[in-house]
Amino acid sequence: MDKQKIKIRAFGLIAEKMETDDFDLEGLHDTDGVRMALLGKFPSLEKIDFAIAVDKELIDKNTSLKSGAEVALLPPFSGG
Amino acid sequence: MDRFQRQINLRGLGVDGQNKLQNASVLVVGAGGLGCPALQYLAAAGIGKIGILDGDRVTLSNLNRQVLFGRADTGKLKAVVAAEFLTKKYGDSTYIGLPYFLDNENAIELIGQYDLVLDCTDNFASRYLINDACVLLNKPFVQGAIFRDEGQLAVFNYHPNGEPACNYRDLYPTPPNQEIIPDCNETGVLGVLPGIIGTYQASEAVKIICKRGIPLVNTVMLINIFSNSSYLLTIRPRPTTSQLIPSSPEAFKKKDYGWSCASVKSLSWEEARGVYEQQPKNTVWVDVRERGEKPELDRPQHLLMSLSELDQQIESIKNFSHILLFCKSGLRSRIAAEKLSVSLSKKEVYSITGGLDDVHSPANSKKLWQKK
Repeated sequence: MDKQKIKIRAFGLIAEKMETDDFDLEGLHDTDGVRMALLGKFPSLEKIDFAIAVDKELIDKNTSLKSGAEVALLPPFSGG
Repeated sequence: MDRFQRQINLRGLGVDGQNKLQNASVLVVGAGGLGCPALQYLAAAGIGKIGILDGDRVTLSNLNRQVLFGRADTGKLKAVVAAEFLTKKYGDSTYIGLPYFLDNENAIELIGQYDLVLDCTDNFASRYLINDACVLLNKPFVQGAIFRDEGQLAVFNYHPNGEPACNYRDLYPTPPNQEIIPDCNETGVLGVLPGIIGTYQASEAVKIICKRGIPLVNTVMLINIFSNSSYLLTIRPRPTTSQLIPSSPEAFKKKDYGWSCASVKSLSWEEARGVYEQQPKNTVWVDVRERGEKPELDRPQHLLMSLSELDQQIESIKNFSHILLFCKSGLRSRIAAEKLSVSLSKKEVYSITGGLDDVHSPANSKKLWQKK
């Protein structure tokens, strides 16, 4: 079976914790899977609330992903 | 030729658009990094009435981004300085300085007096407060926020065609765990980032008022000035959002919006010493650490009033007008300042940033403090 590629875009505190804002993940098929994979890789994300968008649309429940989909991780910003 | 000629000439704006601007009223909440540029462009565009709401005073560390203020303004109320500056500069509109913070007691009445709100605050408590009040009053608001090199911008509670409009809770239903969010005063920032985002907020406000252009309706824009990337994100109203918003102004007033940077005024050690030197008789230094904590401190002369005994000991500081709180790292003094700002609302209560760990603290920089 081929491993489909998902593109991750991270913002704000999430990008800072991961020390990157743009990378690919393989073999994932929904947003819950992406979340689990990221928490496994970056345990410090557990305490951070963030919204998720798939292909630039905000989602509010687990969403299936096609190969090449872009998943954005969006923590809230408070500074002013 | 009047001072608005160049925008009246703009296709789609015209005399009609200019009249709309001059008849409009905008409340800018927060006269800091976002508020300063937003205010300058709203005033330059000729908005008829601008409210400037901020209870904070100018400090030296504000000046890299809060471009309405200069060195001579340090210690002064931002709202008052900004209103005076804009009145002197243009004089053809009304600028109202409101030198206090937004809270659930005053929000409904204040926001009710304006057509549109700019959220230029620096903390989540205020952002949720503004959101809920604007939803209750059916007022559009333009939100700007920053984190290091990134900015976030959105228009909430507004749809030009009357279709369902998103609010902030459709994006983030409830406030995040505040402990993991860096302190408003500790995150480094270049002045140009809030300059850009605040200017964008003014641009969105003008578009909504003149009904010209495509505002960020149900869309969030993210801008990164480090990499020059931008990102537009589509959001939709969630069916569950309305349950999170108080059902009436009465319910709103009872809701706890919690911790906020805005409710706590903070000073550096140097600034705190400046406050003390101006009013030595009316100012008290208070150590909120627990008794026996090291290092012990000789100077400045201070009271010991640990965070856990704060309520019982409040009588001993009631006669002072300026209260300077410190602890080891600045965290407990901030919590103490938040508590005391509520119970001693008429006093100037400050938390000293960085606490005794700070390099300029009396524990680390004894020479500086010995003379006084």
